[in-house]
Amino acid sequence: MANPLMVIENLHKKFDKMEVLKGVDLTINTSDVVSIIGSSGSGKTTLLRCVNLLEEFHEGRILIDGEEIGYTKKNDKRHRLSSSILAQHRALTGMVFQTFNLFPHLTALKNVTLGLRKVKRMKKEEAIETARHWLNRVGLLNWQDHHPGQLSGGQQQRVAIARAIAMNPKLMLFDEVTSALDPELVNEVLSVIKDLADDGMTMLLVTHEMHFAYDVSTTVIFMNEGKIGEQGPPSELFQNPKSQRLAEFIKNSTF
Amino acid sequence: MTVAISALAIALGTILGVFVGLALLYAWLPVRIIVRIYVDFIRGTPVFVLVLASFYILSIIGIQLNAFQAGVLAITLFCSTHVGEMVRGALAAIHRGQTEAAMAIGLTFRQIFLYVLMPQALRQILPTWVNAATEMVKASTLLSIIGVTELLLATQQIISRNFLSLEFYFLAGFIYFAIDFSIERLGRYVERKVAYS
Ligand SMILES: Nc1ncnc2c1ncn2[C@@H]1O[C@H](COP(=O)(O)OP(=O)(O)O)[C@@H](O)[C@H]1O
Ligand SMILES: [Mg+2]
Repeated sequence: MANPLMVIENLHKKFDKMEVLKGVDLTINTSDVVSIIGSSGSGKTTLLRCVNLLEEFHEGRILIDGEEIGYTKKNDKRHRLSSSILAQHRALTGMVFQTFNLFPHLTALKNVTLGLRKVKRMKKEEAIETARHWLNRVGLLNWQDHHPGQLSGGQQQRVAIARAIAMNPKLMLFDEVTSALDPELVNEVLSVIKDLADDGMTMLLVTHEMHFAYDVSTTVIFMNEGKIGEQGPPSELFQNPKSQRLAEFIKNSTF
Repeated sequence: MTVAISALAIALGTILGVFVGLALLYAWLPVRIIVRIYVDFIRGTPVFVLVLASFYILSIIGIQLNAFQAGVLAITLFCSTHVGEMVRGALAAIHRGQTEAAMAIGLTFRQIFLYVLMPQALRQILPTWVNAATEMVKASTLLSIIGVTELLLATQQIISRNFLSLEFYFLAGFIYFAIDFSIERLGRYVERKVAYS
């Protein structure tokens, strides 16, 4: 078996004194689609933010392709890496946020080319070509010259997906990317994600869309109070929950 | 002369102001406190007085500025504090998600500042900046029409001594108007150009 794409070992994260992640272990292989479900406040967002190095964490390691990200050990002491190396490590993963966070002063095209130009150091023509390829993939090639304010929520989120994936990350992170959308716009975004998953993109996603998680995932994780409560293929988790907690969570979710 | 003073001082003051704004927001705490005192002090002082101060205080320590230099210095300082406040406010108002999204694609802090935060902040402050620039022009017009040296004398007798002719006041009024009007027009034009919905 090939080496895992990402390994999370014994991840602990505190906000002040409150421990939000209490020892998370997780292995993701290439082309896995791992969905995280669980009630609000269980630490799902925090886990994703740790992987994208937007949060510091106090114990544990995250490895991508066998290399530790975010921290290094010097003389037995754990150090956060310098901000320029953190920036490089962040580019290994692509993050899509609940609130899109597109850059409002840039067109859809330029939202995508910014990282290609400044981080990937692509030539202008190559950046534009790459960006247009991905805008086309999310169905927005005709909207490339529009600013975010002129796009619907669903369109903005699709641009945000294009912006992240154009950077050619090893792993895509999606944090409840449809929960800020009007119901009629949810599907256009989910189908883009499904399309990328079918294409073999490795993903870790937090979702409240149980039907979607069931459909698209290779593995589903149930987060419970800062730990992985249960983990397995969707059919197993949804049809034979082992814990009372998960059974209740599933019963209270809408499919 | 007026235009030269204004343009130079506004340009210098704006550049300095960007750094003042950054310092107010991100600098090491003691530096931040010093800059804060600088800003509140200068902002609370009339430009008039700043010019006198440039003259007097600096000459005490042996630096004698000419009228042009004193005007540029005073207006630059004045402008830098106003722009600093604007930049600080505009940067602080940008949603945290902008920085995070930029970090997520691997941009460094410098790049985030240059390509994501600053362009948004500048668009935000443009209308206020135009107002402030208009004020600076008024101030410097006044300075160059009266002449800084006369101003020194005039402060003692500004009301009683009527040393300028009526035509001169008309001309001054007209120049004010013309310059302010052009700046406002230009500002509005640029604003329309860079506006986004
Ligand atoms: N920046 C923060 N500061 C303090 N506490 C936080 C912060 N972000 C999240 N938390 C807390 O951490 C816990 C987990 O939050 P989160 O990861 O957002 O959960 P989820 O995404 O599963 O709803 C919650 O109790 C939340 O209040
Ligand atoms: Mg969350």
